[in-house]
Amino acid sequence: MATVRIPTQMRALAEGASTLEVEGSTVGDILHALAGAHERLGAKLFDESGTVRRFVNVYVDGEDIRFADGLDTKVGPGQTVSLLPAVAGG
Amino acid sequence: MTTYLEGLRCRECGATYPAEARSACDECFGPLEPAYDYEAIAAAVSREAIAAGPPSLWRYEPLLPAGGASRIDVGDGFTPLRRARRLGAELGLTDLWIKDETRNPTHSFKDRVVSVALSKAREFGYGTVACASTGNLAHAVAAHAAVAGLEAVTFVPAGLESGKLAATAVYGATLVEVDGTYDDVNRLCGEASGDYPWAFVNVNLRPYYAEGSKTIAFETAEQLGWRAPDHVVVPIASGALLTRVAAAFRELHAVGLLDEEPRVRVSGAQGAGCAPVADAFAAGAEDVAPVRYPDTIARSLAIGDPADGAYALREIRSSGGGAAHATDGEIVEAVGLLARTEGIFAETAGGVTIAVLAKLTASGVVRPGETVVAYVTGMGLKTLEAFGDRFAPAVTIEPKLEALGEALAALREDGRRGGGA
Repeated sequence: MATVRIPTQMRALAEGASTLEVEGSTVGDILHALAGAHERLGAKLFDESGTVRRFVNVYVDGEDIRFADGLDTKVGPGQTVSLLPAVAGG
Repeated sequence: MTTYLEGLRCRECGATYPAEARSACDECFGPLEPAYDYEAIAAAVSREAIAAGPPSLWRYEPLLPAGGASRIDVGDGFTPLRRARRLGAELGLTDLWIKDETRNPTHSFKDRVVSVALSKAREFGYGTVACASTGNLAHAVAAHAAVAGLEAVTFVPAGLESGKLAATAVYGATLVEVDGTYDDVNRLCGEASGDYPWAFVNVNLRPYYAEGSKTIAFETAEQLGWRAPDHVVVPIASGALLTRVAAAFRELHAVGLLDEEPRVRVSGAQGAGCAPVADAFAAGAEDVAPVRYPDTIARSLAIGDPADGAYALREIRSSGGGAAHATDGEIVEAVGLLARTEGIFAETAGGVTIAVLAKLTASGVVRPGETVVAYVTGMGLKTLEAFGDRFAPAVTIEPKLEALGEALAALREDGRRGGGA
């Protein structure tokens, strides 16, 4: 069970929730479970081929999963998965 | 004020939104850009009207997404474009120009983006403005917020140059040091923007903020006598400056301010320890692989995951420009070269730009006879630590004429100057 932080842009697709508790032991498991529970959110999170959209960054306890194992990155109990639009800053 | 802003449009999927505080597209999370009524702008602008405008970036107000009664103008922009004959001679360039952004109110080009973003924040009614910064942006936000009577909360990575910290805190801004890289700071601000009712200039106001960068190119064209240069060399942090400079020249043509369609070659400059765009360019890659731990004295360019990196890469390639990086040693030497040839004391990022200009000239990407503009984006007094003792007194002497004579003779013997004989 991990906490998923929902960015402002996706909250309307998750009944307004800013965080959700989701089962799973990898980022991929968790995001697919999230997509299963909130279909409209899932359609925005994954593209037609089932990969996470290019403009979504995913973090586990603040660490970008591109520096870990991508969707295979392990998520332990009590860890936080954070979703954010990729284009910010600078 | 007449506004020509029609709303926001997603750069990726084209979805449109009203002009509101919003960081990304709801459909695909792609970046948003202002959409303008270019026909109306073309009918409204003229070279004469711009020349009669204020000596700041607000002379281009019809081309900006903010302004009117909310406008915050502390003399931002309209910096000198200087013919760099002595540096050009050193590098083998006959028509080199330096855009001297050290001359902005807080001594970096960030005054441009902040002037626009905080004007927009005021128009939207925000009481607190915030930013994720490598230093210069925090400085600019703090100063403009002070003038506008807004609260400022600025976030920076730990370990920045002391000049940038003091220059932010002095204005009364809340300066939050974050134990992490700039990318950690940026992620935190992205999360915080959902929880705090603040205008984060480079998160939820980013579409407006980035437009301020265009004015550096508008000015370049105006100062060259309403023509575009052949080549520009631009430092890359997020890549937003480079992409907006490239877009701005096209925009001037679209609204009739440039007679000829500009064909500006755009080159990018990064520090060697944080060169995701230059590395992708060299590798022929389509994507920009992020750098987890940037390691360069050019702290203002130390963004490992550049938001506009892929767009900057495309712009460089499609324009026929190049990209390169500079080591810490090369950066310091280039700061010295610019200072002793042109009298401009640049920060480390300016050293990156000049060092890369030299490299691209040596490799033939920048051509000897073309009109080249190098963007020197910030001031050296803010990054003194980075120079170590490289720029220091030549000698310390007793206040006696004999001591002076001996010291000068020794310096001349060593080839370390010592004045004319």
